Amino acid sequence: MSNTIKTMAIATAVTAAMASHATTATAQEKVKCYGVSLAGQNDCKAGAGTTCAGTSKVDYQGNAWTLVDKGTCTTMELPEMADGTERMGSLEELDRDLPQS
Amino acid sequence: MSRQGTFRSAILDPAQPVPPALLDGQGGPAGRRFSVYRNNVTASLIEALEQTFPVIRKLIGPQAFASVAGAYLRAHPPDSPVLSRYGAGFPDYLGQCEPLAHLGYLPDTARLERALVDSYHAADAAPVDPSIFAQTPPEDLPRLRLRLAPATRLLRSPWPIHGIWRFNTEEGAPQPPHQAQDVLVTRPDFDPLPRPLPTGGAEFLTAIATGLALGEAMDRAAETAPAFDLSPLLGLLLQDNAITDATLDEAP
Repeated sequence: MSNTIKTMAIATAVTAAMASHATTATAQEKVKCYGVSLAGQNDCKAGAGTTCAGTSKVDYQGNAWTLVDKGTCTTMELPEMADGTERMGSLEELDRDLPQS
Repeated sequence: MSRQGTFRSAILDPAQPVPPALLDGQGGPAGRRFSVYRNNVTASLIEALEQTFPVIRKLIGPQAFASVAGAYLRAHPPDSPVLSRYGAGFPDYLGQCEPLAHLGYLPDTARLERALVDSYHAADAAPVDPSIFAQTPPEDLPRLRLRLAPATRLLRSPWPIHGIWRFNTEEGAPQPPHQAQDVLVTRPDFDPLPRPLPTGGAEFLTAIATGLALGEAMDRAAETAPAFDLSPLLGLLLQDNAITDATLDEAP
């Protein structure tokens, strides 16, 4: 392509990319939320040899965490426990729903 | 064979006898402990491969995966003590595995899974200040050279590897399209993301990665995709913190 057209194409792309970048830069801050992930679905993609990747054994395991939008951790709806008490997410590790060893 | 050699080859092959004259801490025979150790080596390496290649396991099933992983770990024991690096040769091995030859997309899908873990462990790097693009006079932009973050990985495939990966990791994801897919792995914050690339995108990024300036990289992309549009790709690179530096060549 000619240099003039190429320079224009790059300049246009840069302008467009900058504009879209400005609007997406304010993405939600994430926090670690314990006790809300389904078995094997906890976040942490560190892979083998690490202690965390998808290793939670039971649903809503209290010491497994998932990244969630800030402010939603302790308010999201979870199914109630087997004995009928309410189940809540937490910003700290919980001792409920631990796998039986 | 040296005692260590005998020990090592027996560790990886349950068909071999327990090495003779093994003793425990009290001087008693330790043959059964060796068997426990041997079993743990195999089980832990299979588990390591399962954790790095969950999509491959889902595609061929847990039993077939354990069988091919068992064969792989005997042919290619770890060469690093870091377990998360294990399986670098697994994608190639899948490609040479006769019973899986009909699943031609397996090796590239495995390469994508390997790249995601590699990206996770790659070095951190501060993203470029985007204002450099606004401050550069438009006529100078073609001479701008970009540096990509250490956590970026480019994969090229004749298979829809992004679609296959997504279909097997995301609930309700669409069927993989019938088309080749090039993928850029980025790591915006902590977790790597596979991003499907438009036609010409891989040529553009290959040129950028080899140190060519924006203008030359555009030429490379245009050879494959005459209508290549840089803006979505550049937007993605900025959004995913994939550019760490942008420098301007001296005027010619």
